[in-house]
Amino acid sequence: MLVLNLSKPYQPNSAPNVTTRMLRALGLNTIEELYNDIPDDAKLNRPLNIPEGKTEGEVERLIEETLRQDLAPEPHQCFLGGGIWTHYVPALVDEVISRSEFYTAYTPYQAEASQGMLQALYEYQSLICDLTGMEIANSSMYDWASAAGEAGRMAVRITRRRKIVALRNCGPQRLDTLKTYCDAAGVDVVVVDYEHKKGCIDYSTLKEKVDDETAAIYFENPNYFGVFEEQAEEICKLAHLKGALAIVGLDPTSLSVVKPPAEYGADIVVGEGQPLGLYPNYGGPLIGIFAARGGQKVFRQMPGRIIGETLSKNGERRCYTMVMQTREQHIRREEATSNICTNEALCAVAASVYLAMLGSSGLMELGRRIMESSHYAAKKLGEIKNVESPRFTPFFKDFVVRFLQADPEKIYRNLPKYGLVGSQPLGKDFPELSDSALFSATEVHLKKDIDFLIHSVSKEVEDK
Amino acid sequence: MKYRQARWDEPLLIELSGEGRCGLTLPFDPELSREVGDVLETIPKNLRRADIRLPQVAQPQITRHYIRLSQMNYSVDSGTYPLGSCTMKHNPKIIQRILANTKVRKIHPEQPDEYTQGLMKILFELGTMLAEIVGLPKFSLQPAAGAQGEFTGVLMIRAWLKDRGQLNTRNEILIPDTAHGTNPASAAMAGFKVIEIPSTEDGLVDVEAIKAVAGRSTAGMMMTVPNTLGLFEKHIKEVINIIHEVGGLMYYDGANLNALIGRVRPGDIGFDIAHLNLHKTFGTPHGGGGPGAGPVFSTEELGEYLPKPTLEFDGQRYRWCYDRPKSVGRVRSYFGNISVLLGAYIYCLLMGRDGLKDASALATLAANYLMSKLDRRYFDLHYFLNIRCKHEFVASAKVSALEVAKLMLDYGVHPPTIYFPITVPEAMMIEPTESESVEELDNYAEVLNKAAEVASKDPKAAAEAPHNTATPRVDEVRASHPRTLKVRW
Ligand SMILES: Cc1ncc(COP(=O)(O)O)c(C=O)c1O
Repeated sequence: MLVLNLSKPYQPNSAPNVTTRMLRALGLNTIEELYNDIPDDAKLNRPLNIPEGKTEGEVERLIEETLRQDLAPEPHQCFLGGGIWTHYVPALVDEVISRSEFYTAYTPYQAEASQGMLQALYEYQSLICDLTGMEIANSSMYDWASAAGEAGRMAVRITRRRKIVALRNCGPQRLDTLKTYCDAAGVDVVVVDYEHKKGCIDYSTLKEKVDDETAAIYFENPNYFGVFEEQAEEICKLAHLKGALAIVGLDPTSLSVVKPPAEYGADIVVGEGQPLGLYPNYGGPLIGIFAARGGQKVFRQMPGRIIGETLSKNGERRCYTMVMQTREQHIRREEATSNICTNEALCAVAASVYLAMLGSSGLMELGRRIMESSHYAAKKLGEIKNVESPRFTPFFKDFVVRFLQADPEKIYRNLPKYGLVGSQPLGKDFPELSDSALFSATEVHLKKDIDFLIHSVSKEVEDK
Repeated sequence: MKYRQARWDEPLLIELSGEGRCGLTLPFDPELSREVGDVLETIPKNLRRADIRLPQVAQPQITRHYIRLSQMNYSVDSGTYPLGSCTMKHNPKIIQRILANTKVRKIHPEQPDEYTQGLMKILFELGTMLAEIVGLPKFSLQPAAGAQGEFTGVLMIRAWLKDRGQLNTRNEILIPDTAHGTNPASAAMAGFKVIEIPSTEDGLVDVEAIKAVAGRSTAGMMMTVPNTLGLFEKHIKEVINIIHEVGGLMYYDGANLNALIGRVRPGDIGFDIAHLNLHKTFGTPHGGGGPGAGPVFSTEELGEYLPKPTLEFDGQRYRWCYDRPKSVGRVRSYFGNISVLLGAYIYCLLMGRDGLKDASALATLAANYLMSKLDRRYFDLHYFLNIRCKHEFVASAKVSALEVAKLMLDYGVHPPTIYFPITVPEAMMIEPTESESVEELDNYAEVLNKAAEVASKDPKAAAEAPHNTATPRVDEVRASHPRTLKVRW
């Protein structure tokens, strides 16, 4: 029989009389007989070394107890950024993605029964197009980093060239992932150094590295140091001049104040949708934004799922369904544009609710609030003795702070004593910035929160 | 059962928009504003945004919009949803509650390790439990879904070959023709040539065909066990021997593990690398398409190739280890889809050793029971004449699988996966899972049989179905036709 001869809450047929009835209907006596086809030498002949099952209440308590010692700062106590940021998550976002009609559905394979999810994803794609100025967006990638990897590969398919030029002032994890995705295809990623004094792209160095083997230039705007790339347009032009594509990586909240990348020449836009209504969640789930332009020839090279608007066959109703599936793995197999199947659909819905709530004026307001907080924090940190802040300008949300005397690593490790997190040391990825750290501030940080950060950092700087 | 799905004429968000409305207010600190002046002036002029076009909608209308959309979406919580290969089991609600309340939400991944020891302990214990289930000791929780796990796995094969100086000669990955599309797509993404292995009459991988192609150019083979027909590959040990003998590695696609937990461990029978789909087998929801999680497991020897960072425990402290010179690198940012991982951990604790094993048995029982109720006049089940299916089975409809599926929608159940695997004509792949009661299984069989009967006797009625869903039959051709393609408002 079953190992436990007990009815279990999640398995209706575990009631012993039901199990027996079902087995009888199959002419069987024991459940083991269902496994008669498996050779004995393939079977495990001992119980798994896993604890016995617990009740719901026990598990809830155990998790709570295990996590008790961990520090979980409130959003306004977190000054870390770099790819995940703390923003206010509206209650309605939580509410919508807690609807089990959404979260317990599978991918919308049967369009007629899945119109809700399909329309929500179509709206997400449209919102991303509105924000970025692009013609098409897919319904999500895993995260910004893997989206950058897929963008590199898409550029290789479009241009039939085998080199990606990427900027060193992009997020280190994004660059690592881009390399993983490209290496696998035998595509070189050439990383070009930035302007060390300013934190931005060094156009003349970049220019030397872009040639007619180059499939794309990948840069971020604002870059990893939070700095706006003033020469974004020139860089895109440079790419086009050489017959390459321009791939821009971004934090979508920056599009509250920065013009759509399509307007300065981007061909593919990737980014991290997490700040649009998702919690930091120790790094996941995230949502990779992926958008492009260039007409249907380009569309056919897109990775991932795309939802389209159509009509019912009887012509009476507007409706939605997955389109251009002949690009995808379930049809095209080894010829597919990507292997992605499960994506981050629910997170895309969260991002849409968030953007819909802000609306045009709310988003503009958000950009201003973010910049007010980050600029106030940067300025005040710079007033601390032996601290240079902001090290690079002009900047958006993240910024670099230089400690002339103190060790950034020590500040990073000690801030939690004040209940704060921030000051991510940059030396590991940027040896030339070993005296510096990355900070971030958003609309959740009020003056008093920032003043407390300043107070805490000053104490640490003074206390040597 | 008479079924009616909600059918709202729900406008698009942009059509709900009215000038001057908004759904959220933002904090404003006048003192702070004064301190910094007009920050927007600091943005380079050539980058400034002139205007933003987003919907302007107030909160009540946004709320209704999404509630209505949710009412037009079928889900596991609505009813039977036995998509083959997808393991649509019930997601215990305690998982959702813990995830909704947990402080983990607020933790930034760059926070110092010494302040996240509890969470890292949970992740480490999850990895260890799953490794015990798979029978492979080393793990990475990084991949975001099954396909990314596969990609990671084939990259590991690549790195291993490179180390041995064999990357140039061994460039072929063998994959059965019943495999999921992600397998060949992942192998190709890692630069391998895909060699498709046919299946025999009985639905199992053709061992002779493997022998014929396995050799010096073989990098490895990807297998799904039980395969996507729902059959245990009884020659699996022989297959693994062949591949190992020619010097290749074996990759296990764990999408179908829900048949086997506690009975067969892929590592024990010789697989070298494996992924699991936590959003299938381990009780976490599928999110309408994601997020999922696709952790990867390997032998001790191959552990050094796993993505970085790996999670290590020295008996006292947990830490993320970046010093991994042979690693395939990163496949994404940070550590993984944490909330899905945490959900799977909760699931494992709830079920425990025996519960996990029983769940697999009950899933297998449900599939066999359901199959026994299918009308053989309409469904060809010849693969299963002399053998028990595992957690799922594939019926070959003698009528159009598409029409059967569309007819079923009117009965308040979700049809099976159709046209996969591609080796079976009019394939209907059915995986009821351990969550469906015997009554629901009886009902599902009745609906399948009824729909097939209508499809065979009344093609006109079939072509018009469904009637009771949020929309009648969708025009898929129009949707993807270059002239009518519309992917944004
Ligand atoms: C057999 C099989 N392999 C791999 C996958 C891919 O997994 P995921 O969708 O999590 O990427 C799936 C699921 O869709 C599957 O059914």
